Amino acid sequence: MHTLSLIDACDITRAVKELCIEACTRLPGQVVSLLENARQKETFAPARETLELISKNASIARQTGVPICQDTGMAVVFAYVGQDVHITGGLLYDAVNEGVRQGYIDGYLRKSVVGDPVRRGNTGDNTPAILHIRNVPGNTLRLVVSPKGFGSENMSRVAMLTPAQGLEGVKEFVIDTVRKAGSNPCPPMMLGVGIGGDFEQVAMLAKEALVFSQPHADPYYRALEEELLAAVNALGIGPQGFGGLTTALSLHIRTAPTHIAGLPVAVNVGCHVTRHAERILEGLPCTLNRKEDAPCL
Amino acid sequence: MSLIPLTAPISREKLLSLRAGDRVSLSGVIYTARDAAHGRLCAALEAGQPLPVDLCNQTIFYAGPTPALEGKPVGAIGPTTSSRMDAYTPQLLGYGVNALIGKGGRNEAVCKALMEYGAVYFAAIGGCAAYMSACIEKCDVVAYDDLGTESIKRLVVKDLPLTVACDAHGGNAYEDGMKAYLAARE
Repeated sequence: MHTLSLIDACDITRAVKELCIEACTRLPGQVVSLLENARQKETFAPARETLELISKNASIARQTGVPICQDTGMAVVFAYVGQDVHITGGLLYDAVNEGVRQGYIDGYLRKSVVGDPVRRGNTGDNTPAILHIRNVPGNTLRLVVSPKGFGSENMSRVAMLTPAQGLEGVKEFVIDTVRKAGSNPCPPMMLGVGIGGDFEQVAMLAKEALVFSQPHADPYYRALEEELLAAVNALGIGPQGFGGLTTALSLHIRTAPTHIAGLPVAVNVGCHVTRHAERILEGLPCTLNRKEDAPCL
Repeated sequence: MSLIPLTAPISREKLLSLRAGDRVSLSGVIYTARDAAHGRLCAALEAGQPLPVDLCNQTIFYAGPTPALEGKPVGAIGPTTSSRMDAYTPQLLGYGVNALIGKGGRNEAVCKALMEYGAVYFAAIGGCAAYMSACIEKCDVVAYDDLGTESIKRLVVKDLPLTVACDAHGGNAYEDGMKAYLAARE
């Protein structure tokens, strides 16, 4: 006997809808704390005033339900689907998009998606979402909704460095990306850095490093995170680009194995409204009778 | 720092008196326009057609708000990245727009055009859209309704906090601010 869980597509839609609204109106506690710490450390008066207003804005949004930022983003959704989950009543992709549609319409969020990148044309409901599906152990479905604004997304970059460029090349690229972004991405920024993998994986690593903002498990990369954060904060760009210590609130790295010929690196730039909201769906237990659990490996 | 009160539309004389780094509090009438509306406005100017709304001596705010909650004139509102409008701005300043509100630096062509036409670029704080929403008293769509959030809207604002980012004399608060911070750090 094996315990599966059945999760209804309607429950996924409802959860995504609520997570879109929550993410756009309630800044994660982690970011609130980072802003508060930055304000205390900021010695440049105009920069400190800007950080105060940014924190005040986040509390107004939380109290009134007015979005923190008018750019309520493209809805980036991570679905961690337990291997023992079965979704009933519809496709995961459709359920997520229906949730985004309802969340952005009923939640009075901005519709910022065009259906064609060149010919444009607003889709009117902020769909489609950008959906990343991950197969994980277990019988629950974890949904993470991270609305991504494009003032900062536009400043993100990928580089295919050579092995010879090494660690110094990585550092130069990260710092140069922040310098070039300057006042554009609504600093103080949050930064996600991907190193390794291939062309598309490195961008994904950077995205996850930004959204989840967790220190790297390896002390070597944790030291690099601290070094790079100090280096970008030495640039002097400051809050909104008018000078100051606080150019970035955080910088995290994710890494993956790569090819003998390559050293991909990506920087996903986030603003001070780097948001996400998440929920775990349990579903209904369901028993599957199988003849035997024969090992296949 | 004390705020300089300004009323929009802002007179040429007043604009010329402003200096990069000045903090201002803006009240009055301004118009939103961002990427798509800029594309259409400049296409109309190139074709020699009249603009759907008279923007001579007016202020443009690079903004696309969220829908208004019940009983409110507008939802969350704040500046978008101005540099995306750089390609269109000299043409609009040449036409007669005299003040711009956005966030982030501008290119050399825009800074030169500001000096040439005696115009000013103001920065609003990005990502403070719940706060700024309370500065908007009225919001009416006046052109390009089909663009949704990107339509041109006439706003009546009260006490909108802004910084003079690039003035009509070549002053640039981004350059000055960073220099001042780095000098103070030494």
